[in-house]
Amino acid sequence: MTDRAFHRSRAQMLPERPAPIISVGVIGWVRTNLFSSWLSVTLTLVSLALLALVVPPFFDWTFFEATYAGASGKDCTGAGACWAWFDQRIDQFVYGFYPAEEYWRPNLAVILLVPAVGYLLFANLPYARYGRWFSLAYPVIAAILLVGGFGLEVVRTDQFGGFVLNLIAGITGIVLSLPIGVLLALGRRSRMPIVRMFSVGFIEFIRGVPLITLLFVAIILLPIFLPREVSLDQLIRVMVIITLFASAYMAEVIRGGLQAIPQGQYEAGQAMALGYWQSMRLIVLPQALKISIPGIVNTFIGLFKDTTLVIIIGLFDILGQARLLQTNQDWLGKVDYETFLLAALFFFVICFGMSRYSINLEKRLDTTGR
Amino acid sequence: MSFRVSDESGATVNDRAPTDGGGFDISRAWADERVRGVIFQIAMVLGLVAVAVFIVLNTIANYEEAGLSFGYGFLFDTANFDINQRLAEYASTSTYGRALSVGALNTILVAAMGVAAATLIGFVTGVLRLSNNFLVSRIVAVWVEFTRNVPVLLQIIFWWLFMLALPKVRQSLSIGDTVFLNNRGARLPSPILEDGSAIVLATVLAGVVATVAVRLWAKKRQDATGRIFPVGWAGLGLIVGLPLAVYFILGQPLTFDLPVQKRFNLQGGFSITPELVALWLALSTYTGAFISEIVRSGILAVSKGQTEAAGALGLRRGQTMRLIVLPQALRVIVPPMTSQYLNLTKNSSLAVAIGYQDIVSVGDTILNQSGQAIEVISIYMAFYLALSVITSTYMNWYNKRIALVER
Repeated sequence: MTDRAFHRSRAQMLPERPAPIISVGVIGWVRTNLFSSWLSVTLTLVSLALLALVVPPFFDWTFFEATYAGASGKDCTGAGACWAWFDQRIDQFVYGFYPAEEYWRPNLAVILLVPAVGYLLFANLPYARYGRWFSLAYPVIAAILLVGGFGLEVVRTDQFGGFVLNLIAGITGIVLSLPIGVLLALGRRSRMPIVRMFSVGFIEFIRGVPLITLLFVAIILLPIFLPREVSLDQLIRVMVIITLFASAYMAEVIRGGLQAIPQGQYEAGQAMALGYWQSMRLIVLPQALKISIPGIVNTFIGLFKDTTLVIIIGLFDILGQARLLQTNQDWLGKVDYETFLLAALFFFVICFGMSRYSINLEKRLDTTGR
Repeated sequence: MSFRVSDESGATVNDRAPTDGGGFDISRAWADERVRGVIFQIAMVLGLVAVAVFIVLNTIANYEEAGLSFGYGFLFDTANFDINQRLAEYASTSTYGRALSVGALNTILVAAMGVAAATLIGFVTGVLRLSNNFLVSRIVAVWVEFTRNVPVLLQIIFWWLFMLALPKVRQSLSIGDTVFLNNRGARLPSPILEDGSAIVLATVLAGVVATVAVRLWAKKRQDATGRIFPVGWAGLGLIVGLPLAVYFILGQPLTFDLPVQKRFNLQGGFSITPELVALWLALSTYTGAFISEIVRSGILAVSKGQTEAAGALGLRRGQTMRLIVLPQALRVIVPPMTSQYLNLTKNSSLAVAIGYQDIVSVGDTILNQSGQAIEVISIYMAFYLALSVITSTYMNWYNKRIALVER
């Protein structure tokens, strides 16, 4: 036995044989990913059937059989979608009733947002010193650009609308809610009982009720709560409520970040003889905010989608513009899905982009070494 | 003389106010964090009280000017409007209070339906997205990302327009001649309870109780002897089999009234409005997409070693999922799921956009008729806060029950 084994052994290694054709390349991929078991085969067949049922009709309807030209819904007689409204209405979908010759102002405000946010988040950009000041001044610049004054033609806030309104409401909400959220989060962890009680009460109350009831407060109750002489702009009232709403959610995100900071960091601050605000500003908050960024982005995505609720109280954001066209006599019953598809696309692009960014960020910030 | 450098409040000895007699020094007192804290809190209370007084005074003035009186007495006035989707007795001669409670029941109805469907959709799609099958996981991923990133209000109105665009009653779509869909909503078979149906229902309850008892006994026996008893099959027999047997023995006392397509309309069964169907579809798919992500990350959070260990012990795939992976995944899944359930409930208030008469929609009508704005909005808030507290209390209890028992 030992003898035979000895004689059968080789002096050199055999050359590696290629893997069997059915386990590599396209065939191998198809076998492992589509037909690995009977269950998988069934699922693949069902999926293919579903795709065949949904995808070609969807593209036919959206593009190939669609009507692209026409003056009203009566011209849309084809089997596909009706895009005839697109040319005359797209501006209104994006800018609302903003005067057409002033479109550059919201455009510029959105473009300037990029450096403003960039200088806030990244320390190593060129001209960082001036950049910070620019970030601080941005809200004022944007407000002047949008509303007017200082030589610019004044635009009334009820002319705001379309996707720009969603952007303004969303961005204002998130920017202003960040400092309020930080204060509330610190208040919730404060040793002062009254401050803590107030913070907990505020956060839990706002988080416990739907945004729409709070918007009712802004529209219906605020005029009752204030003296008759005071009349606040409707858009400002809505923004105040959206900001307060977002800050309660923001506070919880930041509280999560604060709790993740080891006790030693707080104690280190005390050991350096820093006061409460100094140690928060220099030691704790920079770390806590950094790990909260994914949560903040997620809050923003949620808030941004929630800005569509303004149509319930009579403002015409992009969803409002879609409803306006759907109920227009000329287009009645012809553009229901088309307008919504476009509005959905606007939100999808922004929200999906941001959620990818936040996932990416989460991976980069994850220093646990997994 | 104390040598402690700092106390709990973080104030150092140097800036603490003297406690050993001596004159009261304002600047030294101000340096003490606790003194500052007390002063700040007093200021805060005064500020809040001032704001409250300001609001109350304005409100009194504004209510007086509008000829209204504050109070909840209007709840006993006649409502004078109809609610077509209702779970309780209601007519337009009923009171506002009655209308609000019917609206509240409608909110609870759509929330309960939504939670059940969203959980089902979420678990199925969450597991499918982790499938080894490339096509399935990609299709589910595309659906989840699209549904998650489009505002729920848009989806609610979309489904509503979709329901309204369904064929007219005379050309109702039917699913196996039991469920009919048309632009007036859905029509489902309604159960008819005859004599003896109570006995069948009682048997179901008895089956549940018996199953729990069997489970306790089986666990005790397994702990003592290691022998496993098939609780699942026994439970199925007790909860489904036994009532079925009783049902046939008693001569089928529970029948269904099927909707029948007549020449001009449908007869029989019960109908639900297109608004309810639309709201339910939109809320359950939207929340389902979020739950899908939660389930996926929960399952991924269970380390692969656990599955391999189960395999090494000789557990089958189903057992591994049920006994090893899911119990651990649930710990990660439950807390975010709670907030999704609450989100769904709160999002159901968007019903007002399509006219499903939930509490907000009914309240809005009452508010416009009676002008009692503060009262109606306070009822909304109390209602939603109560739902939040109840849900989160239950889920916290459940979470505690399945939490890891640490030594």
